[in-house]
Amino acid sequence: MATKKTKSSIRPLRPGSGWTYAPAPESAAIARIDEQYELFIDGKWQKPSGGSYFDSINPANEKKLYRAALANEKDVEKAVTAARKAFDKYWKKMPPAERGKYIFRVARLMQEQARELSIMETLDGGKPIRESRDFDVPMACNHFFYYAGWADKLEYAFPNRTPKPIGVAAQITPWNFPLLMAAWKIAPALATGNTIVLKPAETTSLTTLKLASIIQEADLPPGVVNIITGAGNTGAALVRHPGINKIAFTGSTAVGKLIQQETASSNKKLTLELGGKAANIIFSDAPIDQAVEGVVNGIFFNQGHVCCAGSRVYVQESIAPIFLQKLKDRMATLLVGDPMDKNTDIGAINSAEQLEKINYYIRLGKKEGSLHYENTATLPKKGFYCRPTLFTKVAQSSRLAQEEIFGPVLAILTFRTEDEVIEKANNTPYGLSAGVWTDKGSRIFNMSKRLKAGVVWANSYNLFDPTSPFGGYKESGYGREGGLHGLSPYVTF
Amino acid sequence: MKKIPPAVFKPSMLAGPAIDQTGVEERTARFTKRSIKAVSKMQGLLLTLRMIDLTTLEGKDSVGKVEQLCYKALHLHDAFEGLPTVAAICVYPSHVRTAKKALQGSSVKVASVATAFPSGQSHLSIKLADTRFAVEEGADEIDMVISRGKFLEGEFAYVFDEIASVKAACGAARLKVILETGELGSLDDVRKASQLAIAAGADFIKTSTGKIQPAATLPVTLVMLETIRDHYYKTGTMIGMKPAGGISTSKLALHYLVMLNETLGADWMDPHWFRFGASSLANNVLMQIAKEREGCYQSANYFSVD
Repeated sequence: MATKKTKSSIRPLRPGSGWTYAPAPESAAIARIDEQYELFIDGKWQKPSGGSYFDSINPANEKKLYRAALANEKDVEKAVTAARKAFDKYWKKMPPAERGKYIFRVARLMQEQARELSIMETLDGGKPIRESRDFDVPMACNHFFYYAGWADKLEYAFPNRTPKPIGVAAQITPWNFPLLMAAWKIAPALATGNTIVLKPAETTSLTTLKLASIIQEADLPPGVVNIITGAGNTGAALVRHPGINKIAFTGSTAVGKLIQQETASSNKKLTLELGGKAANIIFSDAPIDQAVEGVVNGIFFNQGHVCCAGSRVYVQESIAPIFLQKLKDRMATLLVGDPMDKNTDIGAINSAEQLEKINYYIRLGKKEGSLHYENTATLPKKGFYCRPTLFTKVAQSSRLAQEEIFGPVLAILTFRTEDEVIEKANNTPYGLSAGVWTDKGSRIFNMSKRLKAGVVWANSYNLFDPTSPFGGYKESGYGREGGLHGLSPYVTF
Repeated sequence: MKKIPPAVFKPSMLAGPAIDQTGVEERTARFTKRSIKAVSKMQGLLLTLRMIDLTTLEGKDSVGKVEQLCYKALHLHDAFEGLPTVAAICVYPSHVRTAKKALQGSSVKVASVATAFPSGQSHLSIKLADTRFAVEEGADEIDMVISRGKFLEGEFAYVFDEIASVKAACGAARLKVILETGELGSLDDVRKASQLAIAAGADFIKTSTGKIQPAATLPVTLVMLETIRDHYYKTGTMIGMKPAGGISTSKLALHYLVMLNETLGADWMDPHWFRFGASSLANNVLMQIAKEREGCYQSANYFSVD
């Protein structure tokens, strides 16, 4: 046995540097992307009445990918009318088991075209192909399968009551999980007998448009699902439309508040799934190597563009140094770059605007005096990229610890006692999710009871399942999506 | 300066972090998602060959069989030029002399199992005699088994002393300590046994004898690699790792190398610090190398079985 070396003389590990993985690109040619997409209204592809289109680029190389129709108020009117007609004429009268068959058919068609959907999602949004292939697309299919099963069993979901559909649902989805969020919204709405006008985010319309063509292929009655594309104005027109009975929005807290104001004087039902600044809490008795992995998945999954991202890590002081060392060594192995490469862990930031916002916070963190560390990856010259980044010595009162960054930037804080960490974790306007890492079962129960968060993950993070409800407290929104709970916002009695 | 390992067991040697099996499995699944292509695949295949402990551990092993295996160790597939040799031959003590002679002048090591392999159910004096015999016959490396029964009884001091005295009997030979993880039952115990072995002077820790199922698995190996990493963080001393049993395809071997690369990194990507205990892996790797070279798979009949 060698003599014991002093800690400072120990050569640092070189994780990940013993072997360079050759490029393993997925083939972009598999995705058949049209040059131009129209609006999907009343079961047909229709030109926008204003005649305008907008470009969508691939954030990985800034090249134009396709152009999509810009829907204006007239188009919104058309879509809502089509949805109303479909509701009255077909969908609310259809036997529930028949509705279920249509949803099953959509799920199967999605599954058959899973590879193409994954590639489209990655090209349009910048997320690694590994994630769209292994998470986004299969999970989206599962949501359709799951809610298809509920269609003819609603009386068991609401025993001794008679659930009825609400009518026309307006759904607005974000750019971080375009297809998955569309599935979260469309599947329960259809299962409960509602018709839909959905607007995806303007930077990532592609997979939702592809879903529209799948819905067409599944031969759903015209107007049951309408997809209109556009930016904020289109969304605002949709929200304001008097023919809407229910609004489901996923996106920023700022826009969520506007929608809430807008609908305050109406009787539109509303669910909001907004921002977050989740605490991921590591106790000294935690399975530390797995906790490091959970922290990495918590913040670097989808470039940190996740509303429930574990962006604040609270680590108990006694294990903070070793935890940090392990986290840095793990971060060194993260591969940043071409999202189409099967080995890429961190792909492209969704847009130039979002990259600027993230960089603003990184500059701010440095200015606030926090210690900055980032992985040493060489970034591609074209495209929007950000290295996985962490800050230590972050104060609870700093903006880095308080505001949602929505990027691969982690703030690390320490704590000493259980009461202290609960107080700090709850000290945020948000309340979407939290993580607890400990070997002690009783502590998990105590923590999950006292943390004000919609989801509390124990010894895991960012795990999802169609059977499990998801949603927030406080400024993270209200209403639940997923599971049995996800049916409630779409029924009336 | 050589320091003799501490002669006494201390309970603190067992103190380590909790292990969450689900988390370990999630992490290892992630390693298998790495797509190893082209140049990096060839590098991985060649490194795998260099890391193999070509093994025969059967009651019917004969001088002839061992001699043939040694020839194979030196000449993996002469039809291809520039192939490396394996790291070592692994045999029972009674065949060490034969192997040593057959491998004379080469860099291929002779490893011998010892200590009443594979069960370890014998008296310590016999295990030590077994070890000394193998070393005297010329073994460069000793693969010992721990007393799993004693470990599960909680007799950690016994197991510690056993390893320390076998280490002393090894002299200059490197000691690989087989934990037989398939009999330990939990990843927490794998962690504990790994720490105990390292504290008692193991140069290598090894998963399995190959006689018990399950043998090496990715999760078990990850827990052992993380124990080695923690030891390195603390002391700066490198410990070797040898998964053995059940690794028979090159694809799986490449997954192990990805795990090694991303857990311990560049310094361990060398036969001095990592071995595969395997009997049929070499031919599978050779077939993959042939495919990379010629563009198509060849029949198994083109590769010698021994």
